[in-house]
Amino acid sequence: MVTRRQRSEWLQQLVFVGPGILFFLGIVFIPFLLGFYYSFTDWDGLDLNKATWTGMHNLNRIFTDDPGFWHSFGFTLRFTLATVLGANVLAFLLALVLTKPLKSKNALRTVFFLPNVIGGILLGFIWQFIFTKGFGAIGDLTHIPFFNQPWLGTPATAFWGICIVFIWQTAGYMMVIYIAALAGMPKDLLEAARIDGANYWQLLRSIILPLIMPAITICLFLTTSNAFKMFDLNLSLTKGGPGTSTQSLAYNVYAEALNNNRYGLGTAKAMIFFFAVSLITVVQVWITKSKEVEA
Amino acid sequence: METRERYKVSTFILEVAAVLLALLFLSPFYFVIVNSFKNLGQILVDAASWPKQFSWDNYSKVWDAINFPLVFRNSLIITVCSVVGIVIVSSMTSYRLVRRPTVFNKILFTVLISSMIIPFQSVMLQLVRVTSLLEIRGHLYGVIICYLGFGLALSMFLFHGFIKTVPLEIEEAAVVDGCSPYGVFWKIVFPLLTPIIVTNIILNTLWIWNDYLLPVLLIGGNNDLTTIPIGITKFFGQYTKQWNLALPGLAIGIAPVIIFFLFLQKYIVEGITAGSVKG
Repeated sequence: MVTRRQRSEWLQQLVFVGPGILFFLGIVFIPFLLGFYYSFTDWDGLDLNKATWTGMHNLNRIFTDDPGFWHSFGFTLRFTLATVLGANVLAFLLALVLTKPLKSKNALRTVFFLPNVIGGILLGFIWQFIFTKGFGAIGDLTHIPFFNQPWLGTPATAFWGICIVFIWQTAGYMMVIYIAALAGMPKDLLEAARIDGANYWQLLRSIILPLIMPAITICLFLTTSNAFKMFDLNLSLTKGGPGTSTQSLAYNVYAEALNNNRYGLGTAKAMIFFFAVSLITVVQVWITKSKEVEA
Repeated sequence: METRERYKVSTFILEVAAVLLALLFLSPFYFVIVNSFKNLGQILVDAASWPKQFSWDNYSKVWDAINFPLVFRNSLIITVCSVVGIVIVSSMTSYRLVRRPTVFNKILFTVLISSMIIPFQSVMLQLVRVTSLLEIRGHLYGVIICYLGFGLALSMFLFHGFIKTVPLEIEEAAVVDGCSPYGVFWKIVFPLLTPIIVTNIILNTLWIWNDYLLPVLLIGGNNDLTTIPIGITKFFGQYTKQWNLALPGLAIGIAPVIIFFLFLQKYIVEGITAGSVKG
């Protein structure tokens, strides 16, 4: 009886967990581990047999002789900072307004969320048209200088161009999370503070923000990791241009491998990219988690 | 919060401001749709104006140039099969991991959850190599198998959290009645998971439908497997600056997902809230 029961347990483990393990190992885990090996080779992507071990060569090259990579690193850090702040502030303000008893509240939530269901590739193409033709047309009508700039033509304006599109795309998603958090706040605390004579700013700073800290943690995590890994929008909106001034880190990895056919070097960069993403998101979650309180 | 608040003058001012901002949010779509009906000359002269006549010529030209029925079919097959596969595999795995928390299963769960932090770019080059070796590269099912691998961690995480709240008593009753372990899962537990299945379907559909990099690496040179984002990108590369063709292409490209969203928005918003609160 014991052996039959054991065999049934093993079979269940195999049937329930087996397929999951198989897909995970074959598609994610093994390729990921292989990355550490390929980082130290001159793999050109075409033939595995041609991947000869070159030791620290790739890493030396990245750290001493690859200004493009470090430029992308700096660009990605600045981009992450700007869009995490912009998207979360906008999303939080939208959530505050849309939890008021507005008549058009539901329609407005739909509109603000809409850009999020479209992928970065198509959004980038849409905004290419807006920046090159649409803004010009508005500029001609209104004569506001803001619209008449060469938006994708200079490094500085192209940077802000990508930021605008990313914030436009992301804010609605974060708004939904903030709305859920605001709706779930215990009302008696707010009521008590109001009776004690707290004004709106005091309510916001001392009651609302601490109470929705878990939502802030989630939103900061999602925006940070998405912004740091931004690729699709980069590819379709600016192609990293003008020049390589707006090339994100993810795009730099991609270009090194698929445009320059240096897969070994690309893999080494991809592994550095992995450590950078992990470090930044873990530190960010750790900081915001420590600020969470119990209601 | 404050749902019983009255509609005051300040609320009205907020409402007007919010509506104006919403119009600003929508304006890119206005530009794309309005200009998709114009010829190139009209677009270049005035991109903001309402079109003089609505001509569908651009649309029918573009429909054939992108081969829209083909790319739509490919996107649909990849998305539907991957999402169904992810839901089945990850619900089964997480059920076992919750109900039999052995040392092995606990470690497995930790490894899977930690893998969520790995960016796709850190795996993609080696993935090209591995999928070529396995001879699944260049096939639709190869793309689907990859989505099963990458989608597993998040979906499993969501199922894991939900299954913990499913009471064990129901399952025990079914076992007493002579139900097999597999019957217990499929006939009793799986139907109870419906809310979190909906969340999984929504999150994975939006991701896979819009994804560009994975299919472009996996289909290689096989043009018959082009998906909507890849098709639009190729088309856009061919017709740069020919906005009279590029814009109808974009409009056709975004239409399916917008329709999907407008019909299912209630579930989408609930799904995203549920997915993030668990996360």
